[in-house]
Amino acid sequence: MIKARVTVTLKNGVLDPQGKAIEGALDALGFPGVGSVRQGKVFDLELEGSDKAKAESDLSAMCEKLLANTVIEDYTVSVT
Amino acid sequence: MKSAIIQLPGLNRDRDMIAALTKISGKAPITVWQTETELPDVDLVVIPGGFSYGDYLRCGAIAARMPVMQAVAEKARKGVLVMGVCNGFQVLVEMGLLPGALMRNASLKFVCREVKLEVTNASTPFTRGYQQGQIIRCPVAHHDGNYFADAETLKRIEDEGQVAFRYAEGTNPNGSVNDIAGIVSDSGNVLGMMPHPENLIEAAHGGDDGRALFASVLGKAA
Repeated sequence: MIKARVTVTLKNGVLDPQGKAIEGALDALGFPGVGSVRQGKVFDLELEGSDKAKAESDLSAMCEKLLANTVIEDYTVSVT
Repeated sequence: MKSAIIQLPGLNRDRDMIAALTKISGKAPITVWQTETELPDVDLVVIPGGFSYGDYLRCGAIAARMPVMQAVAEKARKGVLVMGVCNGFQVLVEMGLLPGALMRNASLKFVCREVKLEVTNASTPFTRGYQQGQIIRCPVAHHDGNYFADAETLKRIEDEGQVAFRYAEGTNPNGSVNDIAGIVSDSGNVLGMMPHPENLIEAAHGGDDGRALFASVLGKAA
C-alpha cells in the first residue's frame, strides 16, 4: 500500500476571493501581519502496490484529468 | 429542428430549459441521461443549470467526465450547436470545449437577481436574434460565475469576438474579468453563459428578453 498526498493550489495571478476573506477574518481575530492567504485543496490517497515511480506518474495523470483544473490550478504529488 | 437536453444528478434547471425549448420550437427536446454514450441525431444539445454532483471538487468537474460528455464533445467537433447555461457553462469549461474557468463569485455570495446583458457579438448562431450592442434583461442565480482566463487567452477571445454577452451598466454580479457573462468557442457553435435566458421567455416571467436567443438557435436549423 502506498500513501500519497496531492496538494492543489491556485496558480499565481489567479484571484482567490476565499483566501482574501480568510485573510480579513484572521486580521479581525487579532492576527495582524498576515500578508497573504491562498486557499487550496489536499487529497490523501491510498494506492495498491509498491511501485512508487508508477504511483507518482499515475497521480500526475489523475491531477491532469480530474483533481486539478490546470487552467487555474497547480498541483504537487508526494508519495510516502 | 431537433434538440437534446442532458440530464445529470443535481441539475435543477432542466425542466425550465425543457419548457423553453418546447414552447419556442413546438417540439420537446429528447432527454439524455448521463450514462448514455451516444446522442440522438439532433441540431442542438443543451446542458442546463443546477448543481451537478453537488458541485463537489469543482463546479461541473465530475459531470464533465461522465460518459455522455464525450458524445457531446464529438457533436461539438462535428459543428452541432451546443449550449451550456450556468452549471452547463461550468461543465463546458471543465471539458475544455470553452476556454477559461469559472471561479467563486468575488463577493463569496450566491447571487440570485436580474442583471443587464450587452449583446457583444450578435453574429453568432445563438445571438442573431439580437442587435449588436443591444441591452437585455436576464436573471442570474449562481455561486461560481466569476469568469477567469489568463491574459493571453483573454486577448484571443476578445480579439476573435468570442465574447457573446457582457454584464452591462455596472451589473456584474460576480467579478468576472472584462464583465464576461457568456462566450462562444472559436468555431462559434458552442455557447456557455451564466445567466438564465430560459427564465425570461414569456410575459408570465416578467419579460421575454431571453426568447430571441432560443429563436436564433432553433431557427438556424429549422
